[in-house]
Amino acid sequence: MDWFYEFPHMDDDSLRSLKKAIDEGFRAFTRAYGDVIEGFFSPLQHFLIAAERFMTQTPWPIVTLIVLAIAWGASRSWRVVLGCLVTLLAIGYFDMWDDTMRTISMIFVCTVLSIAIGIPLGILMSRSDRLQRLVNPVLDVMQTMPSFVYLIPVVMLLGIGKVPGLIAVVIYAIPPMIRLTDLGIRLVDKDVLEAADAFGSSSWQKLKNVQLPLALPTIMAGINQTIMMALAMVVIASMIGVQGLGQPVLKAIANQYFTLGIFNGLAIVGIAIIFDRVSQAYGKRLQKHREIVHG
Amino acid sequence: MADHHFGGIKIRHLYKIFGPNAQAHVDAVQKGLTKAELNERHGHVLGLSDINIEIPSGRIQVIMGLSGSGKSTLIRHINRLIDPTAGEVLVDGVDVVKMNELELRAFRRHQTAMVFQKFALLPHRNVLDNTLYGLEVQGLERSKAVDVAMRWIERVGLKGFESKYPNQLSGGMQQRVGLARALANDAPVLLMDEAYSALDPLIRMDMQTVLLDLQKEIRKTIVFITHDLDEALRLGDQIAILRDGEVIQQGTSQDIVLRPADDYVANFVKEVNRGRVVHVEAVMAPPRAGFSPNGTAIPAGTTIEEAIRMIANGPDNDVAVVSVEGKQLGMVNLRQLAGAMVNSGSFASQNERALTEAL
Ligand SMILES: Nc1ncnc2c1ncn2[C@@H]1O[C@H](COP(=O)(O)OP(=O)(O)OP(=O)(O)O)[C@@H](O)[C@H]1O
Ligand SMILES: [Mg+2]
Repeated sequence: MDWFYEFPHMDDDSLRSLKKAIDEGFRAFTRAYGDVIEGFFSPLQHFLIAAERFMTQTPWPIVTLIVLAIAWGASRSWRVVLGCLVTLLAIGYFDMWDDTMRTISMIFVCTVLSIAIGIPLGILMSRSDRLQRLVNPVLDVMQTMPSFVYLIPVVMLLGIGKVPGLIAVVIYAIPPMIRLTDLGIRLVDKDVLEAADAFGSSSWQKLKNVQLPLALPTIMAGINQTIMMALAMVVIASMIGVQGLGQPVLKAIANQYFTLGIFNGLAIVGIAIIFDRVSQAYGKRLQKHREIVHG
Repeated sequence: MADHHFGGIKIRHLYKIFGPNAQAHVDAVQKGLTKAELNERHGHVLGLSDINIEIPSGRIQVIMGLSGSGKSTLIRHINRLIDPTAGEVLVDGVDVVKMNELELRAFRRHQTAMVFQKFALLPHRNVLDNTLYGLEVQGLERSKAVDVAMRWIERVGLKGFESKYPNQLSGGMQQRVGLARALANDAPVLLMDEAYSALDPLIRMDMQTVLLDLQKEIRKTIVFITHDLDEALRLGDQIAILRDGEVIQQGTSQDIVLRPADDYVANFVKEVNRGRVVHVEAVMAPPRAGFSPNGTAIPAGTTIEEAIRMIANGPDNDVAVVSVEGKQLGMVNLRQLAGAMVNSGSFASQNERALTEAL
């Protein structure tokens, strides 16, 4: 009756050699292709470095002005602009400017990458139910797998540094971008789509003139979600060498510096709010002429 | 293209079965399997069954029927938004069913335009950009497209609203945009699927007038769907009545009102205002020997209501009905006219008698 009380598992030796075989296989793969893969990602590295250099080396008043100009352009609301200004000044005053700039540049690159991959993938998914059935479980895994776990192969392949950090963040943050693009396009009014067909639109014309513009509010919500999730990953990414607000937090945890932790944590919250309000206000402005004014 | 005469639309033996294995059941349906049997035994829906309609160029063909009778399905076969299970749809002599994707796209861009029940405007585009959508898709230069679109916006009475968005307009105005968008294409075929059903009665009358006025000038081949008989009678040069995917009667408004093919049609026409539809020829008596017309003569084709208006203030005796050439066809008096307005009696037979005697 042993098997009844204890789950009859694979015998220890086989299990050990299985794990070892997989590990060794992966290590061999890393040795053989590590350089190629690194080369593949090197444009990303250049992009990251350029973005970071721009954010940290531009004098702070100019960066502040740029951020405020973007906030105004997107939201057309003085309240949002004022909120951005106060947040940025507070961050600078408490000497977290450089780390914040590094984090913002990282989030920026991550968002651009997520959009560049996520929107085309979402579009493809919206056109094929089969692809949707295939991709959805992968996205589920990406969102629920503890990020520490997929950090391991990423680090094994690419070592410690910015690029592996970026990849880890993108893996975690891209699912809402893909899902909401797919959803937005699937929800486009069938009648309008039929009208586009009736006038002889090609599928590119339909995508460009009807599907993307009508799905845009949903896609914007996806971008917003992606940014928020990327920010949530900042601390974990800093464990594999991503510089920014995450590193002081890590230091604070290790050494029990309460105030250091709180300050940097609040700075993350601050930029999260900036990103969120600005992108939401922009999304709302895009939707302006859809609110039903007339029955 | 200038001197090419558009050849109209011919629909021949058109069948549409909805379901995963439609092709397999065409034979059975052609041999007489009914809609109910098809649904019960095979779980397929018979959308259209042996439709044959000829629409001459420049006419308005109305298709009528209750909800679910297959009107939308039928009109969508003309620009092949729906693929038929069997049959032919000839537009200007070319079978739409046989077109490949590219030909079909070109056909939709240049030969047809469509107006939709729920307007189906692009919410993120203003009136001008909605109106020129068809031209944009054709690849016309923007400045030319704007010219054409502006002309049609003005023509449908929306001048000054070019930069408004659809949600800032009332339903009637939105449908004017839908109409302008379709007309801007300058396609010979105009398809209108319950285009006015979402509008309230006054606006609807208004839009009917707009369409009739425009039609005098543009002479398109129009397929107009409605479930409102008054609308059908007002607009239709020809009317086809659909039930459960079958055409049960087609003809002119006179044919439909005077000689309903069965109870279903009779039910439809029961409530109609006959005075506005039935022509005097249907009511008149054959000319009496020695009858000498005095003063007023009513031209053939006048509706009863019009005729009453013409003679209401005159003397209370018989008035001549004359053909276009001035030939005397028969005679009517006020009592006959008034009687015809209120009862649906069989003046059809009377009419035939009168006509045969006159000719
Ligand atoms: N894609 C489809 N799959 C299955 N059945 C369909 C499909 N489209 C239409 N039908 C069926 O075909 C019949 C005709 O539908 P259709 O939409 O043409 O009716 P209609 O006359 O336009 O009605 P309404 O006045 O409500 O617009 C209905 O019984 C409907 O259920
Ligand atoms: Mg319909």
